[in-house]
Parts: sequence; structure tokens; C-alpha cells
Amino acid sequence: MNIHEYQAKELLKKHGVKCGAGYVAETPEQAVEVAKKLQEETGTKLWVIKAQVHAGGRGKAGGVKIAKTLDEVREKAGQIIGMTLITPQTGKEGIKVNKVLVANDLYYEGEHKPKEYYLAILLDRSKQCNVIMASAEGGVDIEEVAHKTPEKIIKEWVDNRVGLQPFQARKIGYALGLEGTAHNDFVKFLFGLYKTYLNTDATLLEVNPMLRTSDNQIVAVDCKINIDDNALFRQKEIAAMRDITQEDPMDVEASENGLNYVKLNGNVGCMVNGAGLAMATMDMIKLSGGEPANFLDVGGGANAQTVEAGFRLILKDPNVKAILVNVFGGIVRCDRVANGIVEAYKKIGDIRVPIIVRLQGTNAEEAAKIIDNSGLKVQSAILLKDAAEKVKAAVS
Amino acid sequence: MGVLVNKNSRVIVQGFTGSEGTFHATQMIEYGTNVVGGVTPGKGGQTHLDRPVFNTVAEAVAKVKANVSIIFVPPAFAADAIMEAGDAGIEVIIAITEGIPVKDMVIAKEYIKGKNVRLIGPNCPGVITPGEAKVGIMPGFVFQKGSIGIVSKSGTLTYEAADQIVKAGLGISTAIGIGGDPIIGTTIKEAIELLMQDPETEGIVMIGEIGGNMEAEAARWIKEYGTKPVVGFIAGQTAPPGRRMGHAGAIIGGTEDTAAAKMRIMKECGITVVESPAFIGETMAQTLRQTNKIKYF
Repeated sequence: MNIHEYQAKELLKKHGVKCGAGYVAETPEQAVEVAKKLQEETGTKLWVIKAQVHAGGRGKAGGVKIAKTLDEVREKAGQIIGMTLITPQTGKEGIKVNKVLVANDLYYEGEHKPKEYYLAILLDRSKQCNVIMASAEGGVDIEEVAHKTPEKIIKEWVDNRVGLQPFQARKIGYALGLEGTAHNDFVKFLFGLYKTYLNTDATLLEVNPMLRTSDNQIVAVDCKINIDDNALFRQKEIAAMRDITQEDPMDVEASENGLNYVKLNGNVGCMVNGAGLAMATMDMIKLSGGEPANFLDVGGGANAQTVEAGFRLILKDPNVKAILVNVFGGIVRCDRVANGIVEAYKKIGDIRVPIIVRLQGTNAEEAAKIIDNSGLKVQSAILLKDAAEKVKAAVS
Repeated sequence: MGVLVNKNSRVIVQGFTGSEGTFHATQMIEYGTNVVGGVTPGKGGQTHLDRPVFNTVAEAVAKVKANVSIIFVPPAFAADAIMEAGDAGIEVIIAITEGIPVKDMVIAKEYIKGKNVRLIGPNCPGVITPGEAKVGIMPGFVFQKGSIGIVSKSGTLTYEAADQIVKAGLGISTAIGIGGDPIIGTTIKEAIELLMQDPETEGIVMIGEIGGNMEAEAARWIKEYGTKPVVGFIAGQTAPPGRRMGHAGAIIGGTEDTAAAKMRIMKECGITVVESPAFIGETMAQTLRQTNKIKYF
């Protein structure tokens, strides 16, 4: 699950991690109010207005603006709230901004020039443990740094038996070139982050940039946290932070019906039992000359209800020219799935695209008969390659 | 024979009296698996499906000499169940449970490290050695006995592959569903190593998917030490980057864990890679014929 920057910072502060100050606003008027409050509390001379969306790359897309007066706060918050932000992470449709974070200025002048760093904690799947990633090249696209100059990324793996050790934090701090009080501050900062990461069941915690201010403090300017969906049952407070306005409405509808759905841009819809077989079916559609319109895993029990919900979801996509249902019935018998399909089809009624139903496994032949005798515009197949041929015919 | 499970396996079911545990234990018993009992804390001393229920795994090991355990415990308690089985001296733990938090799995895997135990899964369909033991949730009839080993991250795609292999005139020695989570007990490489050493296995089908680097690791091992023909398929050639495709681990995070990259590495390592999932069985049969030709003529 994704959460907003302001929510991530609340979690950090709870674990003693120093962040910039700020408040959320949903209207320009609220933005002005919180800006005043922020000035009283921090003495900030300017404000940073930041779009709160579940996507990175906001700055370049116009989702982060600086305001020097309260009038500018109103004006700039007004520009950002309600806008559709298109960043490399959102796709063409973009993502709507409903909230802004009004933050204080952390780049004030002083003894040193402020410097940005990159810091993240994530699970290293190949080493099966957590890894700390840091770089003195902060505030930029870290993927690009990793690609062009991998030597500029410092990695420190955490031993699962003992957890993060102080020497590791010191090692990273020195490798980043931090000295004196800033170094001490960094060690505390990293331990706070690691504690946040563990306590929130995060799978990624990224601070980019982390800033060494002109007066040698270490603060988080921006923060992104991804939470393990499987742990939400014990992270009730975080689960309540879910913002469904940031999710694709079709994904939301799918999850409400217990379906696992991802919208894609092709012309052949598909409905499959099992995630691996679903991906394989998408690949087969492509090899047959079509493009998959979606990923849809209906899970183990493909019954009339889930099949109907699946059809309705797929049919909402106007690009869909044909639908392939691919179910390998093991414990679930194919004849029951076939009856479910016929029932769902009749209930929906007006389906204008050809449907190919491939049922294999327990009672596959009876299932094909049920489909063929239903009188509906549905073609049956038993072998996967027959289904592929029928998809080919439907899209050409 | 096969690997991991066979007719001599003494299987217990953790989460025995729950609905999933009861349903699949019944299916396994019908298949002929030697299910010797089960564990449900608080229900020790009862009898379920004509078999004894124990409070702890240790008790099951002591009283009915269990050496294989299959876990149907709900996600919040599953990591604990894995550790309990490891502590009690179970040799093969098969964790079916889907949805275990990553943090719990990191701890459980660390805990069993160094013990004489192999963990399969979690989030997997289990392991079957046809004709001997089904320790999983797969439809047994699809897996006819033969000489092809299967290693797969997916459930239904494994059944699909097995069905094609059987229809191509071959059969299955052992099929191992390793699971689709980011942290799993046995990697593709380790599962393939087992099958390479199994005298009954003549060829191996390896089914991977996007995300992680297990397929590449396995491919490099095969290039170096492989002694039997391997046919490979990677699901998710059309999956967009950054989106999780059903399985918790099926997400493209970089340039090296795409289907295309994995398929390229596998080809470079001498694996016969099929692009369409419809030709896994036929390709295995062909590959085996060619290998045997080289061997015998």
C-alpha cells in the first residue's frame, strides 16, 4: 500500500526522525491559514507547496511550488489543488491532486551550503535481508545514478540475526562525507528510520532528499513509504491512511469483489484462475496477434459471482474487442465454472464482443458441451493452443 | 522415488481441523498420501479424519514419527508454525498459506537456517510425487507418473504444464511448487539441483515469472553443473514495470528482472526457452528426443 508524503512524515516523527514542519490543506484558504501558523511556529520566510499524490517526479511536473508571500501561497495552492499531475510514474492519464502539504523552508542560508543526500531502506530479495542504500547524489532520480554511476551508491546489508548495528550507521555516514555533529545526527536519523521501517511493516522507505542544513542538522525533506499489504491486518492505523482517490477506480472495484486486476492498454480482455497462468495467458494473447487489455486473477473459486464481476470489469474498458477466459480446473470442477459463465453471461445480457472460454482439467469435456449447448455467442476450447488460434481469429 | 516426498513420507497437517486443512487433508488421504495426523493447538487428544490431533508438532514427531509437515495455518500465525515445525525436527515443511507478512518470513527463514530442514513455499501449491505422495493442493489426477521434474513459482500454470507433459506422452517424477512470494524457503536453483540428482528424472521444466533474480541464478547453475535437458518458460512478458501481478513477488523492479532479460539469460545458459505457454509439453518431448538421439545413436 502507498501512503502520502505527509502521512509518511507523521510516521517518521513518531519514531523521533527529524522532518521539515508542515500542514495539509485541501483548499487555498486552508493553505493560507496553515502557512500563517507555520510561520508563527518555525519563523519560516517562505513556504513550499507540495502536491500530495501517490507518485514521484512531482517537482518537474509542476506539483511543487515555492511561495514567498501569503498571497502567493493562496495562488499557488489554488493552481496545484485540483490539477491533474502527469509524471513519469503516473502514465498518460495522470493523477488528481486533492491535497497539498504546506511546508517550511529548510534550505535557509547559514554557515554551510545545504547539501542533499539519498537514503533508503528496502528488502533485498536476492540476499533475503534488508539493505540500506545511500548516496551523496541526493534529490535526483536515483535510478539514473544507479544506472550511470553505480559506484556512487553505498549499500549496507542488515544481518537478520542482530539487526542494524551502530558501526554500520557510522560507516555509511563517513562514506557520505558527513562529519562532526552532522555525523552524529545522521546515525540517530538512520536508527529512527530503521525503527520506522520495522514497526510499520514497510517494504520500502525512501528519504530523497535527506538534507544537511546550513546549520548542520539532518532532516527528511521528502519521504516515501510502501507498506506490505499482507501486514495491514496488524497495521490498523496505517490501513486507515488508504486514499482510494489515488487509485484507479477499476482497481478499487476489483479489490472490492475479491479480484486481482491490473488495467493494461490492449484489446483482448482475459479472466484467469491463478496469477502465473494469468500472466502466461496475457503473453499468449500477444503471441496470437492481440494485446492484453488487463491482468485478472479470479483466484481459486471461480464461481458465477466472481465470473460476473470479472466480465463487468472487463467490459467497462471500451478497447476490449474479445475476451478470453482461461481456467484450469483442479479442485474447482470445470463444469461448475462453465455453468457459472453461462449464468453470468445471461445476467449481463448484452455482450457485444466474442468470448472464448478455455476450460481444462476436471470435467473439461462436459464443460465444453455446456458452453457449446448454451446457445450463447461463446466459443469453447480445451487445449491452450486451440484457444490461442481462436483469439488470433477474433482479433484479425 | 522422486524428491522431497514419497510413499515413505510421514505427513502431518498443521491447521488440521480448520476448513482448508480438513478439505485438503481429505484429498491427500484419498490420493494415498501417508497422512499420520495433524496439529491444532488446543485440540490435542481429539481424532480428526480418523487420525490423531496433537497440540504441538514436537508431540506429533514423538508419537507418530512425522517427518513432513504441510501448513494451512492463517497468515498471521503461519511463520510461527514454520518455526515450530523446524524446531521439532520435521525434515520437509511445505507452507501453502498465502499472505504471510514479509517481515515474518525473514524471521522464520533465518530461524530454520542451519537446521536439517527444507522449507517449500509459502504461497505455493505444494509438492507431488505421482503415485506416491501428494503433499499439496494440486489436482492429483493431472500428474501422471513419469520422468519429468517440474519447478514452478505458480499453481495453475504448474497444472497446465503437467497436463501438457502427460498429453505429450511423458509423465512427472516430482513437481515442486516453490511459491510466488519475495521470501521463500527453496529457490529455483535449489529445487533444480534436487531434480538433477534424482535418478528417476530425465528432463526438467522450469517455470518462472517476472521479479527477483532466481531464474538467472538457476540458469547460471544449470550452465555450469546441469546434466539433464531443461525447458523453461517465464510468465509476464507483457507485464508492465512497477505493477504487482497477483503474486506478492511478481513485480518488475529493474532491468534485469523482466521476462525478456530472464529468457535471454536462460537461452545463453543452454536452456530451451518457450515463448508460448501452450508449447511447454511438446517442447519438452522434442528436447528429450533430441537428447536421447545424441545419447544413443
